[in-house]
Amino acid sequence: MRARTEPVAALLVLVMLIAASCSDSAGPSSPEAGSKGEAPGLSGSVVVSAAASLTDAFADVGEDFSEIHPDVKVMFNFDSSTTLSTQILEGAPADLFAPADEANMRKLTDANLISGEPKVFTRNELVIVTKPGNPEGIETLADLAGAGVISLCGEKVPCGKYAAEALAKAGVTIDESSITRGQDVGATLTAVTDGDAVAGIVYVTDAAKAGDKVEAVSLPEDVNVIATYPIGVLSGSTNIEVARAFMDHVLGGEGQEVLADFGFVPAS
Amino acid sequence: MSRVRRRPPAPVVAAAGVTILFFAIPLVGILQRANWSTVWSDLTTSGARDALRLSLISSVLAAGLSIAFGTPLAWVLARSAVPAKPLLRGLVLLPMVLPPVVGGVALLAAFSLRSPIGGWLHDAFGLQLTFATSGAVMAETFVAMPFYVITVEGAMRGMDQRYEDAAASLGARRLTVFRRVTLPTIAPSVVAGGMLAWARALGEFGATITFAGNVMGRTRTLPLAVYLELESNQDAAVALSLVLLAVSLLVLVSLRGRWLSSS
Repeated sequence: MRARTEPVAALLVLVMLIAASCSDSAGPSSPEAGSKGEAPGLSGSVVVSAAASLTDAFADVGEDFSEIHPDVKVMFNFDSSTTLSTQILEGAPADLFAPADEANMRKLTDANLISGEPKVFTRNELVIVTKPGNPEGIETLADLAGAGVISLCGEKVPCGKYAAEALAKAGVTIDESSITRGQDVGATLTAVTDGDAVAGIVYVTDAAKAGDKVEAVSLPEDVNVIATYPIGVLSGSTNIEVARAFMDHVLGGEGQEVLADFGFVPAS
Repeated sequence: MSRVRRRPPAPVVAAAGVTILFFAIPLVGILQRANWSTVWSDLTTSGARDALRLSLISSVLAAGLSIAFGTPLAWVLARSAVPAKPLLRGLVLLPMVLPPVVGGVALLAAFSLRSPIGGWLHDAFGLQLTFATSGAVMAETFVAMPFYVITVEGAMRGMDQRYEDAAASLGARRLTVFRRVTLPTIAPSVVAGGMLAWARALGEFGATITFAGNVMGRTRTLPLAVYLELESNQDAAVALSLVLLAVSLLVLVSLRGRWLSSS
């Protein structure tokens, strides 16, 4: 009989593994609740679905916001903007949306899911990242073709679309079989910092975050692409008051200062 | 031995029904989401065909490697008195419970070009596992082989070992006993374990994308294509998912026929 029970156990384990791997892994993360500050009376929690490139900057912005409003809990859901807009269109609860391009915001405004007008709150630029010391001697986008495996974002993710625009402007074609595609900008950067990708195209802010794990090669202005980040409150928000306050905070002086610290370019 | 078949009590049946719904509802969900009019064209785009072909090749290789290297290991674990066997078995079965992405990070740390082993492989043989189909096969084997080992080891421990003793007492060498007595006895488990490993390799995602990357035609297997298509073409993602679902279900149903209903 034992011969029969063990394959059954293995089957059960397999079924459980499949079930587990199908579940949604991207849980919202929350910053440490801020210590006591002046409380103008806002309370409750808001979920901010924000582009992966905003991960570190928004975590700081969220902490500042929670310090001003100790009774407010800000939770973040960071992923590629395309994944986030899909999640929201599918009915995932969120209070604010901050994608890395206007196309994904438009998907939600077209579906009447945004309350009021979204506002562009910051901008970003693209940069080439290489291994430390730039062993392949990559100086321009053209050097990426034939250099080895290049890490780019998925074609429909904002950072992937921007990279494709920049490559098109420079008239450079990289063979698809030499491209590894990250699902968001974080994964794209990791393929260079921890993987064997020779180089990648990410945002300036991601290159800054990676520090000396990469060498950044800036793009000339005529081929670079400016990424614009809009933010909007979702009409389905259960806490519109707090959501608007967070949006104002991001657009205000304190929020803009934090974004600038991380290398983002002011919106205007 | 005759057994009276009694129906389980109604509350148990009801609870089991809820559990079945828990597994069935997502399946129904993806079926009703499928855009059946475009399924065929979604599955025959060059990207989808590449992913299907690559998945088939890499998962069959991973299952083959699991059988080739897993059988001797199962034999050792089932029969010999190696020291620290629980630890050894835990090590081998670890990928079953480890998040696959962690397995991918570990493989990357050990075999990337900047690691000692990966660097040596590249310098000495010009071999690069990352961004290569060989790396995808390695990641799939890493995750899938434990399913084979646990199945075959269980069968070897559970089989009637007196046949092996009889063969040995008649003068057969140990390898002959294994080949002529043990292997034929556990053949159904070898097939079942191989199919389990194959199904797991086919569905492998985390270790593959982390270690081997996401390169079209080289490491972009079906699950990776599903993940990427979710961003752009959900119909295509669902169509590819249906293939994985159908194949996995087929494997599990056929295994059940082999293992549970044969008495």
